[in-house]
Amino acid sequence: MRRILSVLLENEPGALSRVVGLFSQRGYNIDSLTVAPTEDATLSRMTLTTQSDDLTIEKITKQLHKLIDVVKVTDLTDGLHIERELMLVKVKASGDARAEVKRVVDIFRGQIIDVGSASYVIQLAGVSAKLDAFIEALGETAVLEVVRSGVSGIMRGERALRA
Amino acid sequence: MELLSGGEATIRALRDSGVRYLWGYPGGAALHIYDALFRQDDVKHILMRHEQGATHAADGYARATGEVGAVLVTSGPGATNAITGIATAYMDSIPLVVISGQVPQEKIGGDAFQETDMIGVSRPIVKHSFMIRRAEDVAETIAKAFYIARSGRPGPVVVDIPKDVTDPNYKVPYRYPDKIRIRSYQPSTKGHSGQIRRAVKVLLEARRPVIYAGGGIILGNAADQLTRLARQLNFPVTNTLMGLGGYPGSDRQFVGMLGMHGTFEANTAMHHADVILAVGVRFDDRVTNTPDRFCPGAQIIHIDVDPSSISKNVPADIPIVGACDAVLDEMIEQIETAGERPDPAALAEWWQQIDEWRRRHGLYTAPRHEPSVGTLIKPQDAVRALYKVTAGKAYITSDVGQHQMFAAQYYLFDKPRQWFNSGGLGTMGYGLPAAMGVQMAFPGADVACVTGEGSIQMCIQELSACTQHQLPVKIINLNNQALGMVKQWQDMQYGSRYSQILYEDSLPDFVKLAEAYGHVGLRVEHIDELEDKLRECFSYKDRVVFVDIQVDPHEHVYPMHVSPGSMRDLWLSKTERT
Ligand SMILES: Cc1ncc(C[n+]2csc(CCOP(=O)(O)OP(=O)(O)O)c2C)c(N)n1
Ligand SMILES: [Mg+2]
Repeated sequence: MRRILSVLLENEPGALSRVVGLFSQRGYNIDSLTVAPTEDATLSRMTLTTQSDDLTIEKITKQLHKLIDVVKVTDLTDGLHIERELMLVKVKASGDARAEVKRVVDIFRGQIIDVGSASYVIQLAGVSAKLDAFIEALGETAVLEVVRSGVSGIMRGERALRA
Repeated sequence: MELLSGGEATIRALRDSGVRYLWGYPGGAALHIYDALFRQDDVKHILMRHEQGATHAADGYARATGEVGAVLVTSGPGATNAITGIATAYMDSIPLVVISGQVPQEKIGGDAFQETDMIGVSRPIVKHSFMIRRAEDVAETIAKAFYIARSGRPGPVVVDIPKDVTDPNYKVPYRYPDKIRIRSYQPSTKGHSGQIRRAVKVLLEARRPVIYAGGGIILGNAADQLTRLARQLNFPVTNTLMGLGGYPGSDRQFVGMLGMHGTFEANTAMHHADVILAVGVRFDDRVTNTPDRFCPGAQIIHIDVDPSSISKNVPADIPIVGACDAVLDEMIEQIETAGERPDPAALAEWWQQIDEWRRRHGLYTAPRHEPSVGTLIKPQDAVRALYKVTAGKAYITSDVGQHQMFAAQYYLFDKPRQWFNSGGLGTMGYGLPAAMGVQMAFPGADVACVTGEGSIQMCIQELSACTQHQLPVKIINLNNQALGMVKQWQDMQYGSRYSQILYEDSLPDFVKLAEAYGHVGLRVEHIDELEDKLRECFSYKDRVVFVDIQVDPHEHVYPMHVSPGSMRDLWLSKTERT
């Protein structure tokens, strides 16, 4: 099953490679990974998605905890949470297709953020499935490039992952 | 506050971390540190002949004393040579701090002379690692490295120091921290009392219990607690290869080592157990045989300081995270307070069964090998003679192969920190340098390395360092003229096709070799001279003695797990299986 792990780790050189190395070393798979510093500059926040059964996710969580740089780990999929992914898509857009693409973008509440003579760059945020659906909906339109950020996630309500 | 350079601060911080011996080898990137070392007397440096030897020796010292072993090497080849020793320590959870020199920071990433990304290369085999970027951070980082290496589940920590950080002309105030706090690292010590209560209830209801205890007992200084608990409950105890000495090997309640080459009685008792108390173990594949056939009827209580060890290979019914000594103390106390004991009739029946297994196929009661005759010396008899001659009191290190298993089976270790081997990584070459570390820890004691002619040649250069540092270790070479353990597998699984396990008359004359290094060399070719020669060996108190014993080249180690299979599926000899 798909899991989203949220990890708070020391913003130290090498910390990221330890996490990534752990996954390859122990044979766990990572589907996506995002990481950036938090409001506290000494900490980074990482969101990681993986396809794992309960047993494996428990092992992953324990192994992550064991890394000295890791401060906290939560499995967001255990509770109510929000997840978002950002996508930038460059499509071919000329002639009639320009209006058609614009219409699909509006339906998905995306934005065209760059307009070229024969291309658009579209920005879209949402859950990963919505981004997949958008690509699908583009249909015949020629997609030149897709850049996805990977999932970021946060718990709903007042609970927060803090050091 | 005193002003010190980064190089001086490195040595001072080692001293302030409690280091007395620093095992190492110099080179360019470490020269500022070596110069600082020269100008002080607190930390004694032991110059080895290879960085692998340095890490194994520090590891042996750490295992013998319970302190953190310290190593200093240079960048590039110095650092990579240390890798095998670091991996060995990592697999066996041995506390080490390995300081590696690094090229100056402005050269990092430029493929400079002797540049290796030591942090990257060592990443999967360290508990943690640091690169120090400023002289101001030296003391604090080294203090942290020692704290991490020794606390929780111990392990090796690498500290990589670029040469510019140790610049003798840049001095900074030196202050060693009184207390280390790392917010993301708080190893647990006390176990959960509720879980311990649940475990005690299960132990008191057990009818066919076994205590399965490993290296964690030794690392966690819990041998005393283990013995008290086993006596309190009258339970049989088996030790892993790493746990030998954690319970007295000559005690009646000890059923021997378990696992691939464990005793028939230990493996069979495990298989039939209804309750297994696993302490400081990790359910290694060399213990469990095929995991889904492991101990089918048993409830498993698992105590370990490392949560990630629990339910990693075999699911635990009652997990208890905590330091072995603290958890066992609390168990003993709860049992005492409850004033209860397990059903004596059930236990008597269980013991009767175990004794019957022992009589039938026990290593010590029903020998697994033919007797030695004339020039056909059985390696098992060589270890038994060693046990007798040293009255079971020597510190024994070993390498990897048949000789290692014979040493583990036939030398009965009554004390923790008496037996040293590379159980996890299985590193040939470990034995001699480790023995040097043990000898440094126990000057004047009998320290012997039980090895094979294959393994000893992997770190034989350290015979020279033994002379220099007056470490009179004894080398007991069970010379079977082959990579015996590989040969055994080739006999059993590859139709005796001996691929690359013979030396074709190229072995050195070990007696002459020992003499070339200034040591005593003895050769044993006949069973009648075995004990006398061993006695002679240990009569040389201040000399290294190399005893080259010509043993039967066709011997196999038994029992041996049949795999795939359960723990009770064993080869008992070349022709007999359970
Ligand atoms: C560094 C290393 N290389 C290879 C092996 C694989 N190996 C395990 S046992 C063994 C043979 C050891 O021969 P020897 O030291 O003579 O011991 P014996 O089995 O003959 O007693 C080998 C090659 C190993 N454990 N370590
Ligand atoms: Mg051999």
